[in-house]
Amino acid sequence: MLKLTKDLASAIRAAGAAAYPNECCGILFGREENGDHVVTALKPIDNARESGEQYHRFLITAEEMMEAELEARREKFEIVGFYHSHPDHPARPSEYDRDHALPFYSYLILRVAEGKPEEMTSSRLRLNREAFDSETLEINP
Amino acid sequence: MSVTILIPTALRSFVDRNSEIEVEGATVGEALGNLATQYPDLKQQIYEDDVKLRGFVNVFVDGTNIKKLNGLDTPVASGATVMIVPAIAGGC
Repeated sequence: MLKLTKDLASAIRAAGAAAYPNECCGILFGREENGDHVVTALKPIDNARESGEQYHRFLITAEEMMEAELEARREKFEIVGFYHSHPDHPARPSEYDRDHALPFYSYLILRVAEGKPEEMTSSRLRLNREAFDSETLEINP
Repeated sequence: MSVTILIPTALRSFVDRNSEIEVEGATVGEALGNLATQYPDLKQQIYEDDVKLRGFVNVFVDGTNIKKLNGLDTPVASGATVMIVPAIAGGC
């Protein structure tokens, strides 16, 4: 399960709408609790893909990830996953997502249709990398 | 010489939940090789074969990407910090 507050969910929705027709992306900071991921903060990241590809691709560079890992260690929390938007596409992981994902992390996807944020889902990659399993997304006040 | 390897959250389940591990090694390749010997399950996750790291795996030595240095042959001083960092990508 992935748990986040209503405010954080709203921030992701706003980021998805602002980036439309391109993809937004960012890092989910938080902690693991009995296998669940509890998100306590977001780290928005500028999509590092070439501008002509950002409508269907996102990239968080190794340098951004290094900074985020160091920040997480300093602040005593963990990187528990990532969020990104699918402009005018369903909120489910694509084959491209699977090819580039890692087990453990939660992958939160927001569908943005004609500029409006809609469905949000979360999934985790299986250890054998063969498929994603969807997980419950719990949004609390 | 001893170096500290920082493990990202996604890979900690393969190293007994440790977030950092001290290993011996004079180069990045030696240090990672010793880590992989110690934790064979991790080896499958970060190595494409016996010598090449998977594409998403990036390694930093004291904050510098080894791609800008000498790759796995980059020397590491005693007390250096080696960080394994995944690059994250996706899309619809």
